[in-house]
Amino acid sequence: MRLLLEGLHASLGGARVLRGLSLDMAGPSFVGLIGPNGAGKTTLVRAVANLIPFEGRIEFGGVSVAALPPAERGRRIAYLAQNADSHWPLSVERLVALGRLPHLQPFRAPAAADAAAIARAMKSADVARFAARDVLALSSGERARVLLARALAVEAPLLLVDEPVASLDPYHQIGVMEVLRAYAREGRMVVAVLHDLSLAARYCDRLVLIDNGRLHAEGTPAEVLTRENLRAVYRVGADIGGEGATFHVTPTSRTE
Amino acid sequence: MRAPRDLLINLGLAALVALLFLASVYVGRGGELLTGKLAALDATDRQLARLILEEVRLPRALLGLLVGGTLGLTGAALQGLLRNPLAEPGLIGASSGAALGAVLVFYFGLATATLVPLGGVAGAFAALGILYLLAGRNPSIATIILAGVAISAFASALTSLALSLAASPYAVYEIIFWLLGAFTDRSMQQVWLVLPFILVGGVLVATSARGLDALTLGEDTAASLGFNQTSLKLRVILGTGLAVGASVSVTGVIGFVGLVVPHLMRPFFGHEPGRLLLPSALAGAALVLAADLLVRLPVDGPEPKLGVVTSLIGAPFFLWLILRTRREAD
Repeated sequence: MRLLLEGLHASLGGARVLRGLSLDMAGPSFVGLIGPNGAGKTTLVRAVANLIPFEGRIEFGGVSVAALPPAERGRRIAYLAQNADSHWPLSVERLVALGRLPHLQPFRAPAAADAAAIARAMKSADVARFAARDVLALSSGERARVLLARALAVEAPLLLVDEPVASLDPYHQIGVMEVLRAYAREGRMVVAVLHDLSLAARYCDRLVLIDNGRLHAEGTPAEVLTRENLRAVYRVGADIGGEGATFHVTPTSRTE
Repeated sequence: MRAPRDLLINLGLAALVALLFLASVYVGRGGELLTGKLAALDATDRQLARLILEEVRLPRALLGLLVGGTLGLTGAALQGLLRNPLAEPGLIGASSGAALGAVLVFYFGLATATLVPLGGVAGAFAALGILYLLAGRNPSIATIILAGVAISAFASALTSLALSLAASPYAVYEIIFWLLGAFTDRSMQQVWLVLPFILVGGVLVATSARGLDALTLGEDTAASLGFNQTSLKLRVILGTGLAVGASVSVTGVIGFVGLVVPHLMRPFFGHEPGRLLLPSALAGAALVLAADLLVRLPVDGPEPKLGVVTSLIGAPFFLWLILRTRREAD
């Protein structure tokens, strides 16, 4: 299981966002993708999901993602968008079931394997208790977990999540990070765009710090989250301390 | 699991459609039943009665089935594609284009049983072609809606222009009556003419069901689930344009069915667009066949036009739906 990016260029509305980014990561692993606003994190994730045109190479498991047939790509790469939401008031279970769409045979009803995957996803995201409820009637924390369960239900070897904890309270933030880590521990690769550096440091196996469309640093949280890197990329001074479960990064001042 | 329940309701709807279809063939003006009389008639009259069944009633019932099914199916599909519960088959401009095409045939005094629907189909194609040119190869949902609204408005304006410039009052009368929408005086020839368009369009839309389900989560997520968004939009829009354009070409504009029917089905099937397609097609057919039976009930005087009746029933019903939804939200 290997995610390989080579000389990646991508533009958004005419402006270059990714400028020759290269990266080589081996899994299974929970990877945190960090960097300031506008660094190109979302664009990078969308390129890996093949949602936008790009130049360069993106390979997962030795296969070019652009060359995969759409349904096969849908089975191998799951994607949870930033601010994802449901347009219709579906029940939680039906919404999670949408994650099985890439696995369905044409003109066939979902198989037992699909029902099992849906149940597993709902259990790991802890949403099985309200399986029958209308997803639009849930609190935003609960809804975020349901949408995460939808992405888990794909059971893809690569899961891309864009800012999964941005609008959540600490309880739900920890909950989501634990779910993602557990998913990666089952032998998969998770790439999560994160802004909370302390959460990223505590839960991710590796961090990828990008700046201005290029790779700035890659390694374990302690290797990447240094005062020098934070000053150079985020333009902040920070208090960094603890280790393992208490590793924390507290930005203290702007440097300029 | 809800699958067996879905199947049961769909079978019930199919049985209802079959019943209404038979009623449409055998029930005449004032609710008169034809079957009982057949036995009492002598040979010549029986032949005449059979002729009425085959040449008048059968095409009328078939058109009710096809057009109602089309409106229900495409209404549900467009609401899913555009992720908007107010979308209806007329939104993309194909029905206004079809109406204009047919009206132009009347306007130039060329109206025959074949040329009116042909003009309508040509109009629907023209509208779809303009939509494609306006919206481009990979249009956003907003572009599709805006372009569709613009095309509809323009085609309606041209239709009004044709009405105001029509040479004879008779032509105006003909056009207005056709525009009101009806299944009367249609022949099997017209059924055969529009059938291929409706079938091809219907298959294009019906096979998009899972892509429409995926769209519940937005275009990016749907694409990440393996559904090419460009081809999904193209299939649903082209399919809707073909089927609805052909329907309007032969029956005029039947209002509100495509808008209301998916809302009728949601309490039973939930909100997934793909799951709503089949029941909406069946319920659309049932509703239109029932409305077409209703317009036959008055014994004397002219039949009320079907399109008028569906809108008369549809609009208040839709208001009630809105009020109910609002009450639930409060």
